[in-house]
Amino acid sequence: MNRSNNKQKEPLTDTQLLMGITIGIFFVMYIAAMIFLRGGFLHSQQLFDLLNDNASLIIVSCGLTIVMIGGGIDISVGAVTSLVVMSCVLYLNKGGSVLVSILLALSIGLAFGAVHGFLVSYLEIQPFIVTLAGMFFARGMTTILSIDPQKVSHEGFKSLQDIKIEIDWLGYTAKNGNHIPARMELGVVVALLCVAVVFIILRYTRTGRGFYAMGGNQTSSLMLGINVKRTRFSSYLLSGLLSGISGYVFMMHTGAGNATNAAGMEMNAIASSIIGGTLLTGGVGNVIGTLFGTLTLTTIKKIVVSSGLNDPWWQSITTGGMLCFFILLQSIVLRRREKSKKSA
Amino acid sequence: MNNMFKKLIKGGMGQLAIPLIAIALLVIFNLIRDPGFFFVGISHNNDGNIVLQGNLISIINGASELAVLAMGMTLVTAACGGQDISVGAAAAIAGSVLVKTLKSGPQITGGKVLLAFILACIVAMIFGSFNGTLVAVFKIQPMIATLILYTCGRSIAYWINGGATPTVSSPIISAIGSFIPGIPVPTPVLIVILMAIIFKLIFRFTSLELFTQSVGINGSAARLNGINSTFIKLLSFIILGVCVAVAGTIGVSRLGLINHETLLLDIEMDAILAVAIGGNSLGGGKFKISGSIIGAYVIQMLTITLYAMKVSSTDVKAYKALVIILLVVIGSPVFKDRFNKFVNRMRGDKKGISEKGAAKA
Repeated sequence: MNRSNNKQKEPLTDTQLLMGITIGIFFVMYIAAMIFLRGGFLHSQQLFDLLNDNASLIIVSCGLTIVMIGGGIDISVGAVTSLVVMSCVLYLNKGGSVLVSILLALSIGLAFGAVHGFLVSYLEIQPFIVTLAGMFFARGMTTILSIDPQKVSHEGFKSLQDIKIEIDWLGYTAKNGNHIPARMELGVVVALLCVAVVFIILRYTRTGRGFYAMGGNQTSSLMLGINVKRTRFSSYLLSGLLSGISGYVFMMHTGAGNATNAAGMEMNAIASSIIGGTLLTGGVGNVIGTLFGTLTLTTIKKIVVSSGLNDPWWQSITTGGMLCFFILLQSIVLRRREKSKKSA
Repeated sequence: MNNMFKKLIKGGMGQLAIPLIAIALLVIFNLIRDPGFFFVGISHNNDGNIVLQGNLISIINGASELAVLAMGMTLVTAACGGQDISVGAAAAIAGSVLVKTLKSGPQITGGKVLLAFILACIVAMIFGSFNGTLVAVFKIQPMIATLILYTCGRSIAYWINGGATPTVSSPIISAIGSFIPGIPVPTPVLIVILMAIIFKLIFRFTSLELFTQSVGINGSAARLNGINSTFIKLLSFIILGVCVAVAGTIGVSRLGLINHETLLLDIEMDAILAVAIGGNSLGGGKFKISGSIIGAYVIQMLTITLYAMKVSSTDVKAYKALVIILLVVIGSPVFKDRFNKFVNRMRGDKKGISEKGAAKA
């Protein structure tokens, strides 16, 4: 690398390269859909719907990105989301206040994160098993709380749920001449805020840099004086907190609790992080990439539906195929770079 | 007494200590709770065969698919240091191929069942080698590589079935799923024993066990010693493919139908758990297949115990999670260390502590 002193441009890091590929593919895909499929893709509302439907997935993926950068895994996030939704719905229906329900959501998430973090970092148990147990526990608790779907009937919460941000100039004029502004739910704002906060944490704080160091090489980060145990603990704590937030956002979107809520969300979140350029081995990843990973994953599903492949199996088969493409691409790109580094 | 316990934890039995302790605890708990829990009865089933019945039999029978998958999963875990999370989805595909072949003609004969099973095996092996190629050749972490098939496997099964959940009814299929006339032991149990014997023979007559362990402990060192680590990793996934086909066949035969959504649902998590409870490191390396098989029975016994305590099937997960956490905490190195220190302090044996301190430094 040293020989290229005369080069003006600094070489991209692995993180930036993988993220760049994802963002590029997302825009190519979306523009192609606009050209070939037309229909809903021409309206900006389509993009906002994507965000509205997947705000909680974006939040959860941020948490998972943090854990994965630190070299761990958290597969309990979907189940915790579901548990948060169910307990908040039941609490609100008993006549609780909105503020306390938010605190309840956050504390459930934090409690799960703290237990996971303690078991993984201080007792050195494999993270997969710990969070698997957490997933089982959260799913079981959700059905113990209520096996029947519950709908929120709380007035204060409903008025909070109805707050929609309307962007007038991005709207479109319907066939009957009415102007319909683009609508964005409050959850999207929360999700984008989470992305921004996590971005700042990962980029500018000591703990955030610690995640990368720990995921890259645990021994050398220990020698650099990073408190690996505490750093790992805080990564799970953050992931738990974000699952709690995600649960609340999920509830604001659906307004109901159901035992099967957020089923399979953990795998979607892992897939989003991977597509966004995070490596499961740790040390590489970026939360902006994760955001676009989520959008890419959900856009492809929407494209499959709107292009007329109505059989129920096509959606997951194309998702699987796309996942395969991204995973292979990353593997090939990273290996090429390693080779060129070696030869340099 | 303390010495014996320490020896049990630290000695050669070390790996099997946790699953055996777990089984012992469950047995004692059940005996206290209800002495009749392990009663094995003999009765006649609908076809007039003499069959064994009771909780113990349903534990051993019910864990069959899990035990078969745990065997293959142990090998993959040991060789690659990661887990295959697509086994449930792959089993659904194998089951669909099986049913599709059986349904292709009017009659179901023994030869056709064999052909269908072989086809299911081949398809499962192809998917296994797909996963294996991603892991071994492209050096992708197993969990990520198998996430692909996990995402789309059940949909592929649905596609093979043509958007339906076809049923098969034949005396041969029900014999595989429940009882062979004249033999009182459930057939799935016999299949597990057969698979265990086959694994034992393979390990006895080939160096697969040694090679797998050395690839898992240090892949590049194994390669320098002339072991083709890529091939060993690929092979472990192909062997898991055979296990998947067997488990899928048992699952389909039990119900006499293929439901792509519910066949062996969430079994991948249980299989990984069985491997972990069996004392195998999920990071690869040394392994004991017997530990994983005992782990599978621990999980099933836990489930059946909870059912017997009138816990509803959806709530079982929460209690299961608590027991799992308890088991892994007891099995964690930090806890063992603390426990040993505690034992030493109780005996006033300061020498042991200072030795430990020296070893750590």
